[in-house]
Amino acid sequence: MRRFLRPGHDPVRERLKRDLFQFNKTVEHGFPHQPSALGYSPFLRLMAIGTRSGAIKLYGAPGVEFMGLHEENNTVMQIHFIPDQCQLVTLLDDNSLHLWSLKQHSGASELREEYRFTLKGPPGSPPSATQITAVLPHSSREVLYLGTESGNIFVVELPSFRVLEDRTITSEAVLQRVPEDYCNRRSCELVEALREHPKNPDQILIGYSRGLIVLWDLQNNKVTHHFLGSQQLENLYWQRDGSKFISCHYDGSYTQWPVSGDNRQPEPLENLVPYGPFPCKAISKIYWQTTKNGLPYIIFQGGMPRASYGDRHSISVVHGSQQTAFDFTSRVIDFFIIFSSEPTAEFDDPSAMVVLAEEELVVIDLKSAGWPAVHPPYLASLHCSAITCSHHVSNIPLKLWERIIGAGSKQNIHYSNMPWPIDGGTNIAPDPPQRDLLLTGHEDGTVRFWDASGVCLHLLYKLSTVRVFLTDADPNDNMNTLGEDEWPPLRKVGTFDPYSDDPRLGIQKIYLCKYSGYLAVAGTAGQVLVMELNDEEAEHVVDHAEADLLQDQEGYRWKGHEKLKTRDGPVRFEAGFQPFVLVQCQPPAVVTSLALHSEWKLVAFGTSHGFGLFDHQQKRLVFVKCTLHPSDQLALEGPLSRVKSLKKSLRQSFRRIRRSRVSSRKRRGGSGNVQEANAKFDQDTLQEMELAPVQRKIEARSAEDSFTGFVRTLYFADTFLRDSSRHCPSLWAGTNGGTVYAFCLRVPPAERRMDEPVRAEQAKEIQLMHRAPVVGILVLDGRSTPLPEPLEVAHDLSKSPDMQGSHQLLVVSEEQFKVFTLPKVSSKLKLKLTALEGCRVRKATVANFGSCKTDDYSENDLAVLTNLGDIQIISLPFLKLQIRYPCIRKEDVSGIASCVFTKYGQGFYLISPSEFERFSLSTKWLVEPRCIVDVPEVTSNNHVHSKSGMENAARKSSPSYILAQQTIQLACTGASGSCQEHT
Amino acid sequence: MNRPHRGAAGSRGLGTMEVKSKFGAEFRRFSLERSKPGKFEEFYGLLQHVHKIPNVDVLVGYTDIHGDLLPINNDDNYHKAVSTANPLLRIFIQRKEDADYSAFGTDTMTRKKNVLSNVLRPDNHKKKPHIVISMPQDFRPVSSIIDVDILPETHRRVRLYKYGTDKPLGFYIRDGSSVRVTPHGLEKVPGIFISRLVPGGLAQSTGLLAVNDEVLEVNGIEVSGKSLDQVTDMMIANSRNLIITVRPANQRNNIVRNSRTSGSSGQSTESSLPSSTPNILANLLPGEEESDEEDIIIEGSGEPQQIPKAAPTSESLESLTQIELLHESTQNGFLPSSEMNLNHSAGSISMEYEVQGPDHKSLEEDGTIITL
Repeated sequence: MRRFLRPGHDPVRERLKRDLFQFNKTVEHGFPHQPSALGYSPFLRLMAIGTRSGAIKLYGAPGVEFMGLHEENNTVMQIHFIPDQCQLVTLLDDNSLHLWSLKQHSGASELREEYRFTLKGPPGSPPSATQITAVLPHSSREVLYLGTESGNIFVVELPSFRVLEDRTITSEAVLQRVPEDYCNRRSCELVEALREHPKNPDQILIGYSRGLIVLWDLQNNKVTHHFLGSQQLENLYWQRDGSKFISCHYDGSYTQWPVSGDNRQPEPLENLVPYGPFPCKAISKIYWQTTKNGLPYIIFQGGMPRASYGDRHSISVVHGSQQTAFDFTSRVIDFFIIFSSEPTAEFDDPSAMVVLAEEELVVIDLKSAGWPAVHPPYLASLHCSAITCSHHVSNIPLKLWERIIGAGSKQNIHYSNMPWPIDGGTNIAPDPPQRDLLLTGHEDGTVRFWDASGVCLHLLYKLSTVRVFLTDADPNDNMNTLGEDEWPPLRKVGTFDPYSDDPRLGIQKIYLCKYSGYLAVAGTAGQVLVMELNDEEAEHVVDHAEADLLQDQEGYRWKGHEKLKTRDGPVRFEAGFQPFVLVQCQPPAVVTSLALHSEWKLVAFGTSHGFGLFDHQQKRLVFVKCTLHPSDQLALEGPLSRVKSLKKSLRQSFRRIRRSRVSSRKRRGGSGNVQEANAKFDQDTLQEMELAPVQRKIEARSAEDSFTGFVRTLYFADTFLRDSSRHCPSLWAGTNGGTVYAFCLRVPPAERRMDEPVRAEQAKEIQLMHRAPVVGILVLDGRSTPLPEPLEVAHDLSKSPDMQGSHQLLVVSEEQFKVFTLPKVSSKLKLKLTALEGCRVRKATVANFGSCKTDDYSENDLAVLTNLGDIQIISLPFLKLQIRYPCIRKEDVSGIASCVFTKYGQGFYLISPSEFERFSLSTKWLVEPRCIVDVPEVTSNNHVHSKSGMENAARKSSPSYILAQQTIQLACTGASGSCQEHT
Repeated sequence: MNRPHRGAAGSRGLGTMEVKSKFGAEFRRFSLERSKPGKFEEFYGLLQHVHKIPNVDVLVGYTDIHGDLLPINNDDNYHKAVSTANPLLRIFIQRKEDADYSAFGTDTMTRKKNVLSNVLRPDNHKKKPHIVISMPQDFRPVSSIIDVDILPETHRRVRLYKYGTDKPLGFYIRDGSSVRVTPHGLEKVPGIFISRLVPGGLAQSTGLLAVNDEVLEVNGIEVSGKSLDQVTDMMIANSRNLIITVRPANQRNNIVRNSRTSGSSGQSTESSLPSSTPNILANLLPGEEESDEEDIIIEGSGEPQQIPKAAPTSESLESLTQIELLHESTQNGFLPSSEMNLNHSAGSISMEYEVQGPDHKSLEEDGTIITL
């Protein structure tokens, strides 16, 4: 029969498929991988981050996000917002400039690249002549000043990028009136900094790398002041009133210079090496912020004593007698200060410092005492310890949600209460339809609970399992005992900490029951913890059991890591999830599968050796089953037999980093010509080299293969296992060798739950002949609906399963989908995916798809991710391929491995160690950024400035002008660029 | 009772092997010394003796680990049967006069019970007349050339039969490029090639595949546009019944094929074993869904001692295995041991009667332990 029911011929079904399925990559969560540039618009109150792979991301108020990608995929070197505009200019490392705009597009607007430009020198000039080193968008919004390596400053018109050659500021012109002896000692060299005078737009400050600083009059095209610095220049900063500026230098010093009408060649007011007298590192950026009380904030990056603290990534804040050197966990890319942007305001009054480090964003509240950090609502460093697994739970009940938030808020007391200072734009996306949790397990033994309901992936609560165990690194040792007279006054900030004390603590599997609040967490050293949510901190003993999975198998020696030592006696746990049961597998191999049944109070766990069932009510091991093939020596000895596990883990981290570098965003953009040429070149050379070809062995799987006993999946079901009249609780396990074990369970009724033991007996064993790893097991009820989750029916959130009709068993192996009848197991249907397409199943989850046309139709399908990175939707129970979308590059192994599907047809996967891409397969459930940015309207008469009217325009950009602007609202969508009506 | 305990541990440990012999509807159980199986004639005599059919000419067959019914008719295949039996040797005895030769061969055990495939393809087994050529059924095919009549002369479609671990499929594939004639003239296109044959492997022993043969299809699905890894996965997924269409690197052998338009396969003289019979050729056109593989389902626990926590006395969970053990102990009949020790010097031999229906449907019935 099934041969005639081919998919794709039924027009009704085809139409329905269009209403059900649709693929979108909607938003990227987390911290951009390899950030390279930072920009901020005090006018829009938007922050822009550029990356080494050519991405540019804009962030404002929570939910306001835009993303763009340069076609060239080159590193973004600099980002500059055009003053008072919805435009920004980026400079890439190929010396190209790009103008981006937030523009309206069919009722919504998006970030789009408008123009691109590469500065060209006169024929025959060296490339350095036009290599841009400094960019200054003039406040007139008409021109860009481009400082170059040659020392010349080019002027280009916006937005056309036409070079205004007659305005070029040549180094010769600058040097004309420089004293002879100074001139001889040092030529101009490259332009290090360009700064517009804060009050007079006709004057710009030009800093050359060798130390010369000049104030240039744009109207008269001449130098008005020379500042003869003696040290190599790093950066410049104007004071608010324009009476002074400050320069910072390579030798760790900064210098104040007065600017007055009479003295055309002033001497410095003050020259200071803040961390002297020993040689110091460069101060690469400096702010001088005035305050009402008179004491300025001096904020500078670097400048640490070279010998003792040269490796620190620091930013120092000095305010009167207060001085703190914020010590960051990774290299500082750039930072900015949020201060009063009101042009009429007399003082800067800085409120916050925003620091983009290589691995995280840190915001420091400068207004509160002690300068606490602000908890960012987005850009979370997902990888502060490497992510080892993730688990998604849809539709969290409000009660549990509030309790988790409550537990989390107790952890966040050291954060500042300051509202998020980067608050440009308005989020107009509808409120998320439900509360979703994404749980990530980390290498350091923590589980992080993320609010994954909306666009902003926000950390709610962090759970650590470390306290249960005795580890070498006592948490108290890390306490930074900072003495009063400590100098420099370093203070660690940030959460990025990729170095795990003990790799055995790593979290491998997570299972949360959203109805009961039970959480099971399993780790690298065979540890399984069952936890309960407690709103108060508590001290109690964790019940401890051991599960010997090898049983009577003798003569084998586990050469892997030892099991974790547990703490004796009661342990103090903070409010939140508190463990009450610990099961340790013996041998302590990685836990490869985990299932929790909160109604039966049972937890099942599996490793490469076997699986076990634990009754966490009676705290008693029900049974263990060894799944090993006797010849599988590798599994017995453990994968880490020959290397020290710590070394291995370090190496893995490095591999991860390297891999992620390769898998950077290069894959996304359209291929540029250069890239194509490169690829072709590579291919050609490869062919010419005639390397020994890659070979693949063709061999059938056999029972003797390694890791056949590896338990891949565990599943609880109340179904008909023995006969068709009585159903009973059952536990199903699937192994790497294609074996499915089914155990009949007898769970005593609730009133005798503590008195009678839970019993289990093996009822079935299915050996799939193709021996492919079993990655999923599922029981379909009489209506061919997957059985509900435990307690789902009890909470009236699901129809009770149909126990009248006959149940079916779906076994998903890497190669095939197979439906069997129950209780008599015989094959009913199958889909041989690998034999047909050569791809293997990596992840398969049941997802519910609702129609976007009618509210009352929804169906359950299998969402499947293959090793080629494709996502396929396969119908239930007939196993028909519905649709296929390419999603992840097949080379991106870590991306494919990290994918999680939600119950409603969305999913997440890691595009870098620190970023989740969110995608949606559903027409109905779509989470993507939708936001509005307030833009002052620029009236047309101001728009039309002739070249000659430039100074006129500059004068007009006065405070009153800006205040007079009308405000219009633009609706903008973010990265995806799709403008789906979101209902 | 000194009956050796069933299950892997028991049989392996003691060096004896359980034999379950079936003649008609009757079962006999006895054990053999695995290390000293004796000669086929002695075994034949023993079987005639325990089934009390001293003067009946019979064909002896056994099921190997893949569920195939294979003949025992000489010392070699008898020893093979004994050495591969795990944990027990299942013997099927037929009268010679009403022997069904087609019962032997690949997938014979599983084909029978695949009702679904019979419904879908009712013409599969029945329509095809049975041509017997010098008892090929006594051997099993390891390879065949198929679809000679429908393929271009430059192509060859080879079917490999994989029987477990004793002989590896034994070949490697690689990426390469081949020249195709396209509307735009000759064009270099990527292709998949055989890169190596493992000495002693199935692929080499057939002589039908050679290094640098281009792989065009795997079980009827074109490989063009697929990556090396994809093709590898497809071949492994089909490894139990692998049909690959190749363009042989050496096209000279095709001349032989051209002259013989009969479409008969097995003419490759290099083939170490006579290859398949026509009926196998006919019923397995590539691309057609084959019911080659059948999963093994074990109902109940074969080794109740492995679940120490599950008390077998529990009423609600009464072990079906327990029932069977009881059943066996009451119905066992014992023969005097002097008679049993015909061929065996040591070891206690026990026999069991087991009254059961003749058909193999019992494979899926509750309470039986099937170890194929």
